[in-house]
Amino acid sequence: MSTETLALPRTQLSEETLLEMYWMMLLSRRVDERAWVLHRQGKITFHVSAIGHEAAQIGAAFAINRGVDYVNPYYRDLALSLAIGTTALDFMLGLFAKVGDPFSGGRQMPSHFNSHRLNIISGSSVVASQVPQTSGLAFAIKYRQTQGMVDPKDTSQPRLALTCLGEGSTSQGDWHEGLNWAGVHHLPMICLVQNNVYAISVPIQSQMAVKNVADRASAYGIVGVTVDGNDVLAMYDVMKEAAERAYNGGGATLVEAKTYRMTPHSSDDDDRSYRTREEVEEWKKKDPISRFQSYLQAEGILTQALIDDYEARARDEVDAAHKTAEAAPSPAPEDTLGDVYAPLED
Amino acid sequence: MANMTLIEALLMAMDEELARDERVFITGEDVGKRGGVFRATQGLYEKYGATRVIDSPLAELSIVAIGIGAAMAELRPICEIQFADYIHPAFNQIVNEAAKTYYRSDGQWRVPLTIRTPYGGGIGGGLYHSQSVESFFAHVPGLKVVIPSTPHDAKGLLKSAVRDPNPVLFFEPKKGYRAIKGEVPETDYTVPIGPARIAREGRDISVFAYGMMAHYAVIAAEKVAREDGIDAEVVDLRTLLPVDKQAILDSVKKTGKALVVYEDNLTMGYGAEVAAIIADEAFEFLDGPVKRLAGPDVPAMPFSHSMQEFFMVNPDKIAAAIRDLTAY
Ligand SMILES: Cc1ncc(C[n+]2csc(CCOP(=O)(O)OP(=O)(O)O)c2C)c(N)n1
Ligand SMILES: [Mg+2]
Repeated sequence: MSTETLALPRTQLSEETLLEMYWMMLLSRRVDERAWVLHRQGKITFHVSAIGHEAAQIGAAFAINRGVDYVNPYYRDLALSLAIGTTALDFMLGLFAKVGDPFSGGRQMPSHFNSHRLNIISGSSVVASQVPQTSGLAFAIKYRQTQGMVDPKDTSQPRLALTCLGEGSTSQGDWHEGLNWAGVHHLPMICLVQNNVYAISVPIQSQMAVKNVADRASAYGIVGVTVDGNDVLAMYDVMKEAAERAYNGGGATLVEAKTYRMTPHSSDDDDRSYRTREEVEEWKKKDPISRFQSYLQAEGILTQALIDDYEARARDEVDAAHKTAEAAPSPAPEDTLGDVYAPLED
Repeated sequence: MANMTLIEALLMAMDEELARDERVFITGEDVGKRGGVFRATQGLYEKYGATRVIDSPLAELSIVAIGIGAAMAELRPICEIQFADYIHPAFNQIVNEAAKTYYRSDGQWRVPLTIRTPYGGGIGGGLYHSQSVESFFAHVPGLKVVIPSTPHDAKGLLKSAVRDPNPVLFFEPKKGYRAIKGEVPETDYTVPIGPARIAREGRDISVFAYGMMAHYAVIAAEKVAREDGIDAEVVDLRTLLPVDKQAILDSVKKTGKALVVYEDNLTMGYGAEVAAIIADEAFEFLDGPVKRLAGPDVPAMPFSHSMQEFFMVNPDKIAAAIRDLTAY
């Protein structure tokens, strides 16, 4: 199958799409940086960052049917969430836990992305619990197709389920059980592990005895691929192939994106206790955004004038989102009592 | 109407729901060709096929998690956990995930999931085939917890569970699977989740129970009526969460005496909540202490018959407790 794939999927991307990918990475970065500033200013209480993960997430997002395919994200998926169709304002409302927070109405901590409209699934904070649930979403897709309830080619319907998590979280049994179902039932699913080397302070060697997370795919009878997660186009290629596999009845794929978190784990973490500044500096040289920017400039697709435009636009969006969210009211205290049970249908 | 066992009524409910709604599917260990280790799904694999009656891998966490995902995708999964004792590996998926999804998504995602599992002892199952686990889950808002004690209710409540847009834990008294028989309409009826049922009307004392113990409580009530002329009311709670406070209060206000019976261990069991509700809201109607009759506070039910019977609450023990409290 792969020998027939003559041209890499990336060659199918228009310049317009490439620029959109760049824009989404940039927007995510600027939103994220503002969150750190707001935290330093004491205006918000918690932030967990996607800085460094933008290529992995944007490459993934652009490979699927965004807003239609199920996406079960984790807390680091800001860029992914934005690319699927949530906004900087959505994120900021969640960050401030204000009225209008579309993810949880202020109930969840920030970065618990959710949109029923966009088929982004609301998750908990329990790492990896979303993986077997994503197998359930993929199971439902396959079930509907097998039962003739939907046309497998109907692109208005979800045709795959994507979930993300960190490499440390793959130590959980949930991950194993989820991938096992995906293998046994040949499910249209992608599990994207964003391997940033650390789980808070614990390095990957303390999580697993194999070199690559994706090496374990064979244990589930699914395809495993390891990819440079700081290279957005390499990510796109791998994810596109995984998506086509899912769409065409080829089963699940375990994608491992090797990347690095360029910030502490969260605003509550101090990463100086467990990793050297030299190591962090080395990885900053591989910043996925500057890397993509250089590529696009070399290709003559992106100019300095355009970069300045994007930066101005990002600043405006972030400013507006920040202002609106900060000014928004807090939820009514009694909102604590709502949404315990869904009402019965008649 | 047909006279049938509790487990036959459950099978009938699942059969009808599978036929009624193509979103309904069943998964769990051995639910396919084997028809379940208790045969609750007997014949459904042959009738509905491998797509809708699915032997799961031997992994409870994922049986529930698959159900959650499929339910979020608006299918109507019925997940079977082979014994309630094995639900613990799925505890996080039930308590942190299924129960909290509607709340945490601000009402955007529902989890219309049914988890069926046989519970309870007295069947020679030892520590790990005898447990009563309902009180863990009855402590979790967002879940519904249902335990039928008659074939009629088993069918009607299970159909309600399948149609409920929320996660429902459906505990089945396995000792009563074949021991409890009753009339079951062949029609498509439901029994609503929520209201308790007066299993036997009486004036002297209220006995609150569910599942196997509700069945036994009725037997005990008939016995004390016959032998002692005591007129005991038996309230079959049926739905443990949300709790039917009104039914509890109405009954105890009428009789002035409350005995709560459950087969789980005594301390922190479901009966503690029933007792607290009565103490809170019916104190001035009480004509005696609220009593609990339950299993002993040991880790689980032993295998040896003598110890098992020591552990198990039975009609004689209930009758004795009714007499004691009535005499107070
Ligand atoms: C089950 C569970 N245990 C512990 C935690 C606390 N915790 C949150 S994130 C995290 C580290 C996760 O690391 P990894 O999976 O590598 O993802 P990363 O944050 O590096 O992207 C831990 C221990 C949790 N959220 N859930
Ligand atoms: Mg990590």
